[in-house]
Amino acid sequence: MAEKKIRVLIAKPGLDGHDRGAKVICRSLRDAGFEVIYTGLRRTPEEIVSSAIQEDVDVIGLSILSGAHNVLFPKIMDLLKKKGAGDITIIAGGIIPDKDIPHLEKNGISKIFLPGSSTQEIIEWVKENVREETPK
Amino acid sequence: MKKNNPPKKELERSFNLWKKEKYKKAMENDFSIQKEYSTVSGRKIKSVYTPLDLENFDYLKQSGFPGEFPYTRGVHPTMYRGRLWTMRQFSGFGTAEDTNKRYKYLLSHGQTGLSVAFHLPTLMGLDSDHPLAEGEIGKCGVTVDSLADMETLFNGIPLDKISTSMTINPPAAVLWAMYIAVAEKQGVSPKVISGTIQNDILKEYIAQKTFVFPPKPSMKLIVDTFEYGTKEVPRWNTISISGYHIREAGSTAAQELAFTLRDGIEYVEWSQERGLDIDEFAPRLSFFFNAHNDFFEEIAKYRAARKIWAEVMRERFGAKNPRSMWLRFHTQTSGVSLMAQQPYNNVIRVAIQALAGVLGGTQSLHTNSLDETYALPSEEAVTIALRTQQIIAHESGVINCIDPLGGSYFIEKLTSEMEKEAKDYIKKIDDMGGMVKAIELGFPQKEIADSAYWYQQAVEKKEKLIVGVNAFEMEHEPIPLLDINETVAKQQLARLKEIKKTRNNSQVRERLRDLKKAAEGDINLMPFILKCVKAYATLGEIMDSLKEVFGEYKEPITY
Repeated sequence: MAEKKIRVLIAKPGLDGHDRGAKVICRSLRDAGFEVIYTGLRRTPEEIVSSAIQEDVDVIGLSILSGAHNVLFPKIMDLLKKKGAGDITIIAGGIIPDKDIPHLEKNGISKIFLPGSSTQEIIEWVKENVREETPK
Repeated sequence: MKKNNPPKKELERSFNLWKKEKYKKAMENDFSIQKEYSTVSGRKIKSVYTPLDLENFDYLKQSGFPGEFPYTRGVHPTMYRGRLWTMRQFSGFGTAEDTNKRYKYLLSHGQTGLSVAFHLPTLMGLDSDHPLAEGEIGKCGVTVDSLADMETLFNGIPLDKISTSMTINPPAAVLWAMYIAVAEKQGVSPKVISGTIQNDILKEYIAQKTFVFPPKPSMKLIVDTFEYGTKEVPRWNTISISGYHIREAGSTAAQELAFTLRDGIEYVEWSQERGLDIDEFAPRLSFFFNAHNDFFEEIAKYRAARKIWAEVMRERFGAKNPRSMWLRFHTQTSGVSLMAQQPYNNVIRVAIQALAGVLGGTQSLHTNSLDETYALPSEEAVTIALRTQQIIAHESGVINCIDPLGGSYFIEKLTSEMEKEAKDYIKKIDDMGGMVKAIELGFPQKEIADSAYWYQQAVEKKEKLIVGVNAFEMEHEPIPLLDINETVAKQQLARLKEIKKTRNNSQVRERLRDLKKAAEGDINLMPFILKCVKAYATLGEIMDSLKEVFGEYKEPITY
């Protein structure tokens, strides 16, 4: 039986409409063989968490350029834990100052990709860090 | 004069000989040079340009003199000798008090115009107490919920002397009304205030994605501002038709040019349908372009933009007033070209991009700050950005001569290539039935997404090098950044509560009701919005009243 493909939700929390990065990442991950779901713009933490659970994803990629990451990311992490989905791997990218990274990582974001990161780097990271489950 | 040029045949013969004997041989010996040379947009560039590239070039028809049709060389006969570009740094953060301080700082350091960056809830027409505003308050711009905030923002800044640009789109009419109200309170007549509202919804659907209402009511509201401005606020630019965000979203230079000009055409068509006289409103249309990395391509883009617009206005729309044909534009250096790695290198990128804007004949300029891949700029960073413009203006000597690159074989050829590519796109969108239709079909969105993906691939294959990112990499120390903390949110929420308590609430309700009723009909909404604003109705309340009538736009999700 074929291995189950890694499922990734690319999500845009926050009010900004900058979706260039998110869309390029969606396309690159899809071309690399992942199953990709894109939330579209301006999703609340509740919407993101419920899409992630409904779509049964292995990874959530959060893209934000508005500066609201310190408030919205921990909220998303809390909600995931509350709904018993704390095992989903969370990665993030966007406009995020270096000094915020340790705090966000402590809150459960596995990896933050800064501007200039290559899609290849992201693909490799997901492949190495997200275990492909064999069908249950 | 003609006699100095050798006959075409002779020129061709010598050129072919040069290519064969000199160029190809030299290339064979040098194996380190790239196979193909192209711009950041993927446009192929030849090794050298000669008179052979400008065979059919007609100076008066294609260039003309500065200030003369088709304005390729500039809209003014004197350009920077008569008046330098406006140095206008886009800025806003925290509360209205915080930003008012920054404005006074910038003005005291030689900035010549203001440019307001609103925080995201304001850009989306939401009040700070809306659930979606959580975490966003004061973060990427200044918080404005009501006229009270606008009064604070411009406190002590004379609106009869300073021109102000406001980057605001779906709620543009509301923020403009607030500005007019502040001017009146300062005792300044709306007839003398000057500035710009961005007010360009089409590029929001295409690229920046800050939309609220569906296209039709959005266009109606925009035409309302054109109509009102022409009569009541005659020195105001009621729109800034923007390519900046289209480019930032990943388009090529030619796509930026084409989609922006086609957006311009769409606004003119909708205004003419309303019965507005082109030569009354068109002089108040202004443009906004990106200054990206590819130096010559950018300069060619600005030159082609002026030429195409002048022709469109005269030939397609029958404009008679030369001012209707002038493409006046603001330029901002490219945000996406800035890199988080080795951030001090961004100063150099910005300087080169700014120089392209100036050589392209911009009317005003924003230079980005070195730290903007991390946060809003610190005072130190924004000072360097402003100084960059001052050095170009006062030290480099580039302002001495108008359109100094005009007549270059390369620049003239590039200008006509850009012109052709843009016109082809414009024709294509005409055939689709216009820009609103093209947007509904997802055409410009798809073109931009494809270009963005192509560029990312080119970078990853190292076909395009970025210093510090895929070449010449090294570790760098973190740089000092501007920090906006959550106390801003607390202050603003308290302030909003206070306003809602102290204003005349029955008057607010009545005026919002009048606005809603007016929105159901066809009349101009500006006077109604002004009344709401003056009663301290909040931005969110005004936008909610309009949403009840206009509905909200839902974007199809694609990538």
